[in-house]
Amino acid sequence: MHNENQFQATDSPAELAPAEATAAKSLSEEAAASRRDPALAAVNISKSIGSRLILDNVSVSLARGELKVVIGPSGAGKSTFLQCINGLIPPDTGQVFLEGQSLNMRNKHELRLFRQQVGMIFQDFNLFDHLTALDNVAIALRKVRGMSRQDSEARAMSELERVGLANRARLYPAELSGGQTQRVAFARALAMDPKVLLLDEPTSALDPELVGEVLEVIRYLAKGGMTMLMATHQMDFARALAHEILFMEHGRVIESGSPAELLAAGSGTRTLDFCSRLDLEL
Amino acid sequence: MEIDFLLERILPALNRGVWVTIQLIIPSMLLGFAGGVVLGALRAFGPRWLRRIGDAYTTVIRGVPLIIQLFILYNALPKLGIYLDGFAAAVLGFIMCSAAYHSEYIRGALLSIRQGQLKAAQALGFDKTSMLVSIVIPQALRRALPGCGNEFIYLIKYSSLAYMTTCVDLTSEAMKLAAYTYRFTEIFLVCGVYYLILTSLAAWALNRLEKLAYIPGFGKAK
Repeated sequence: MHNENQFQATDSPAELAPAEATAAKSLSEEAAASRRDPALAAVNISKSIGSRLILDNVSVSLARGELKVVIGPSGAGKSTFLQCINGLIPPDTGQVFLEGQSLNMRNKHELRLFRQQVGMIFQDFNLFDHLTALDNVAIALRKVRGMSRQDSEARAMSELERVGLANRARLYPAELSGGQTQRVAFARALAMDPKVLLLDEPTSALDPELVGEVLEVIRYLAKGGMTMLMATHQMDFARALAHEILFMEHGRVIESGSPAELLAAGSGTRTLDFCSRLDLEL
Repeated sequence: MEIDFLLERILPALNRGVWVTIQLIIPSMLLGFAGGVVLGALRAFGPRWLRRIGDAYTTVIRGVPLIIQLFILYNALPKLGIYLDGFAAAVLGFIMCSAAYHSEYIRGALLSIRQGQLKAAQALGFDKTSMLVSIVIPQALRRALPGCGNEFIYLIKYSSLAYMTTCVDLTSEAMKLAAYTYRFTEIFLVCGVYYLILTSLAAWALNRLEKLAYIPGFGKAK
């Protein structure tokens, strides 16, 4: 795939190897610990804004190591759904479970603990503008985790290495390209050792030539067994890596299934129809 | 202008006055700015009733000439049993005024921080206080610095209204000497130079501060 070449052209692939091994190891240890419960489950999430129903009983369940992709036209509620899961947008009804544990979003302390374990990647990156790449990754380790400056910076540096940006550690967001900015955002989320990552159209705000390097990070995480729920328009990517595709429209999941089922030629699914039109636009 | 009159009459009087002016503006700057940060934060993020009070305060203080506020502090408060000496009344008036103006710059800067960054901080598990302290305020102060700097320069100039409270500052010394000698032109020209030096020093210091606080992506390039 051309994406992969791009990622490797800009960065040394050698930096990825040791971390990948670590990720795989920790996965096998933890997988044994709690195989019964899904890593993350959101059940019957509904949300209205004013009189408009944005989400209508949307549910998803992610087994450990699973990558599920949410697709659908803009305005379908994909982004709202992801933000309802970690309470950035409080859902009206519905429940969220992390490893079988129900989350009470009204309890601020509990919600903060939950958020520390569920990372989020945003469409428009949302790095902290006044901090270097290194401090962007380190600050939550210090302010949320209570780590020392030295430890947090060492950890931040190793996360930046993991996304191939160790040599950009001292630069500010305004000095990074869009793709680099998003990779720093990944390092920031990964430094918190999340059990699950929520990805809200992580490549939609990028110039086409920068999409590849970010997809490469996601691909690498997927191979390392990271549990992820991702809203995206990258259909080739979804087809290749997703365990399941959820097709959303008007605040509902109207189709779900494996990429093979939904995207089989002649399957006549709404998903296939949407994707073929998406391809035409591109 | 004879050099003797300058050296023996004008400079000693104005030096005395500029010392008082400096004593007036330094606490007014510091406390006015601190008050402005608090007031601005309350007006941006406080509960609604506090926001209303903050807005009302700002409307009144910005809307009434400072000279009248000083008059009230110095001449009307004693009728309520509150006695302030001239210096205290002037400093209090300057702080109140300065805080109102600063709060406007700070409020704007706080509200200009992109919502996405707040979401990112929350998604990482930040609580509200550490989010404000670590993410919002460091950015807002940088954004507000040019506006607040403007207010510091204004403060130096409007400190001349201290004469209203019989506090003998730079302008008061000049007026006294001029009334005594009738040499208005020379005295006020030199007095103007004194203010120009004070404001230039402040502008230079602010410029240094802006450079120190510079971060790529904020304000002008170095």
